[in-house]
Amino acid sequence: MSSVLILGAGPAGLAAARAARRRGASVTLVDSSEQLGGQFWRHLPAERPAARERILHHGWDTFRALQAQLVADDGCRILTSASVFAIDATASPSTTGTGPGRVHVIVGPSDGTGRERIELLPDAIVLATGAHDRTLPFPGWDLPGVFTGGAAQALAKGERLAVGAHVVVAGAGPFLLPVAASLAATGSRVLGVFESSRLSSLVRGWLPRPWQLLPAAKKGAELAGYIGGQLKSRIPYTTGASVIAAHGTDRVESVTVASLDKNWTPVAGTERTLAVDAVCVSHGFTPRLELAIAAGCQITDERFVAVDDAQATSVPGVYAAGEITGIGGVDLALAEGALAGHAAAGGNPFDLPGEVRKRRIYEGFARRIEAAHGIRPGWPDMVTDDTIVCRCEEVSFGALCSTAESTASTSLRSLKLTTRAGLGICQGRVCGRSLEQLIARRLPGNTLGDTVSTDRRPIAVPLRLGELAAAARPTDPSPTTPTPLADPPKGPTS
Amino acid sequence: MSNDVIIVGAGIVGAACARAFALAGFSVLVLERGTTAGGTSSACEGNLLVSDKGPGHELVLAQFASRLWSSTAADLRAELGDTFPSIEFERKGGLVVATTADGAESLLAFAADQRGARVDARVVDAAEMLELEPDLNPAVAAGVFYPDDAQVQPTIATEALMASARRNGARLLENTEVTGGLFDDAGALIGVSTNRGPQRASRVLIAAGPWSGDVARRIGLSLPVRPRRGELLVTSRMRHRIFHKVYDADYVGAVGSDDRALQTSSVVESTAGGTVLIGSSRQQVEFDSSLRVDVLTEVAAKALRLFPFLATAAVMRSYGGFRPFMPDHLPAIGEDPRMPGLWHASGHEGAGIGLSLATAELLRDLFLGRTPEVDPSPYSPARATLAPHLELVA
Repeated sequence: MSSVLILGAGPAGLAAARAARRRGASVTLVDSSEQLGGQFWRHLPAERPAARERILHHGWDTFRALQAQLVADDGCRILTSASVFAIDATASPSTTGTGPGRVHVIVGPSDGTGRERIELLPDAIVLATGAHDRTLPFPGWDLPGVFTGGAAQALAKGERLAVGAHVVVAGAGPFLLPVAASLAATGSRVLGVFESSRLSSLVRGWLPRPWQLLPAAKKGAELAGYIGGQLKSRIPYTTGASVIAAHGTDRVESVTVASLDKNWTPVAGTERTLAVDAVCVSHGFTPRLELAIAAGCQITDERFVAVDDAQATSVPGVYAAGEITGIGGVDLALAEGALAGHAAAGGNPFDLPGEVRKRRIYEGFARRIEAAHGIRPGWPDMVTDDTIVCRCEEVSFGALCSTAESTASTSLRSLKLTTRAGLGICQGRVCGRSLEQLIARRLPGNTLGDTVSTDRRPIAVPLRLGELAAAARPTDPSPTTPTPLADPPKGPTS
Repeated sequence: MSNDVIIVGAGIVGAACARAFALAGFSVLVLERGTTAGGTSSACEGNLLVSDKGPGHELVLAQFASRLWSSTAADLRAELGDTFPSIEFERKGGLVVATTADGAESLLAFAADQRGARVDARVVDAAEMLELEPDLNPAVAAGVFYPDDAQVQPTIATEALMASARRNGARLLENTEVTGGLFDDAGALIGVSTNRGPQRASRVLIAAGPWSGDVARRIGLSLPVRPRRGELLVTSRMRHRIFHKVYDADYVGAVGSDDRALQTSSVVESTAGGTVLIGSSRQQVEFDSSLRVDVLTEVAAKALRLFPFLATAAVMRSYGGFRPFMPDHLPAIGEDPRMPGLWHASGHEGAGIGLSLATAELLRDLFLGRTPEVDPSPYSPARATLAPHLELVA
């Protein structure tokens, strides 16, 4: 019997856990949150249940079924409030055992003091670490009241908190719609949704060979649901426009909205001002790659984890599923997760033709999202010298440029260390990729002189020095379970 | 076009040499495989230490370098102006402490020897230690304060030296990798071949840190520089509570050791950015940069022996680098006896940031035919202690 460690309990991780259990593997499922579900199915804690979760969540029944099955299963050990802070992937079996690496976990609420270190030595790992939403910097984006779409969504779904009374949602991608819907559901008045991509890009991305979308009709229905919700709430949806500045003294009081050209450069003369008390901005998603990089996995040119048909990465025994292999949404994550968990437990993708078919359908959907909403190169035109580009270390774009000019450095590594941009507590999670683009844009050929990536974080989450200094509890044995989880009944399952 | 000098490597030693040679009127071309400060110089603490060196040739060079840093920091500031980021030169002083009775005895003996070599090494009692470092673990057994220990931000210092070199005429080619030597019909070295074509020069100086052995091999010679890995931890920003470079006397033993196995000793200091740097480890693992959590655990545990309050500090980052380690614990500075025209400036182990300026001055004087301020013979690649190793490595 093999042991499979699954990192991340969002849709991909949960699907992987179930598939690995069906193959009879012993499973450990680790997530940094207090609950299962990940960002996508973030919800109120069990002690404060809400009747309306189904309304707020797409695929809520799928989640409930997965959760119920795994929680009741002795063969699946669930570690919540547990963060993987490092993976030792050195070649020596003394550090890695016979599997792909020694996984270092800190367990306990992150604000608590009694956290404990444990080490895991699985036979296989499924990386399902998901993504966080990306926000491009613009003047005023560091004002209180400016939220990432993900943060606003998390407050709405996890706490039922509205971020403001009069809100605009801006950025790019289908995610703007559920954000607007959650805000409306928690009582905010959404003055408008501003999608940076122009209608022509949306048409080019979404319309070719529309029959290919037919099998993904459920996806279309999901979007249609959001759009219908918006119509009901009378939320105007504007394409080719975005928030290009936020204003206010102690917190955001208004925003400037302007039309964007096809490269997302603001069009002069189109600016208008809206009075708001909150802004939610999201420009797509950045995969959380640090653990994949720590495990030694090959990363593609598009900066996702490279996987084959079995969701296997370049490292033997390490599999990946969900947003870290390409931003594709919940249905793709569920299919990839099932295939990854199955393969990690020794199975073959041919055993699950239904999941293979779903993966193919929803991959096409993911490609269309990128074509329609992908970040365009003109966005830095929003940025002024005063714009803070690194919020943790409060580095302005002007300071970044002045130092780059002084040192004539073409190196991201050097510029980070000479300006401190990207060196703060978020370790570049918020600003890293934007910094890379802002720096590269000043250089000949728009290319950095070094190949350093802001995705690499050997310490994947901050921990206290005292926690790091404490010896880890001897490696936990995997849960012992001889019985595989029962196969699904015939017919549609999820 | 021919150059007076080609420097291979744009780390701090190469940058300091480029500046010194350019200021002396030489035409200088720097070839860098990656980008400036892309290797060891941006993966270290920026130590300018005299405290960790016992009487001997390395200490002499460090004392010379220590004098140079004060004036060079001021010169760079004047030359590059206020818009250039500060190199954060600070003569903050080092406090070396012993945590055991045995350690105390050897620390005090070591400091007495250093005083004989004109090192300002002041024995401090418990009260004085706590005055210097109020949050230090009061249980330490002995301490010695070294007012001359200093620090720079090593990446900025390297960039500043390189910027100054360029202003004075040096040229820099990045992403340019040396692939071999160029020789005339008589077999004399006349330059190097690179992935971007040949470059000629009367002298070729290898300043590639731990990669110097590889560069030398491409040109046709052995050089026994080996990488020795070191790991550091960085905390998030916090209130300034550590005022000096504070380290465990074990560090001195680790620096001078030949042991290939892991050694850790505690080195703790604040940076101008508000973070605390926590080191350090030494381990010979070739160029393997994989993270080793057991190393970090040991480093963390030892730091807490010095500063218990750090237990709640958040570690947000770790980084590691490769120190250029020499078998006889001295850098190789000078012309290679086996190949006229080929010069070395590497093997500074963990002291390259500090020693860079002294190395550059020494080589400049040798190029000019002047007598250097410090006797160059102990560092010469022709020295007796290096001879057996030059033959050992193929």
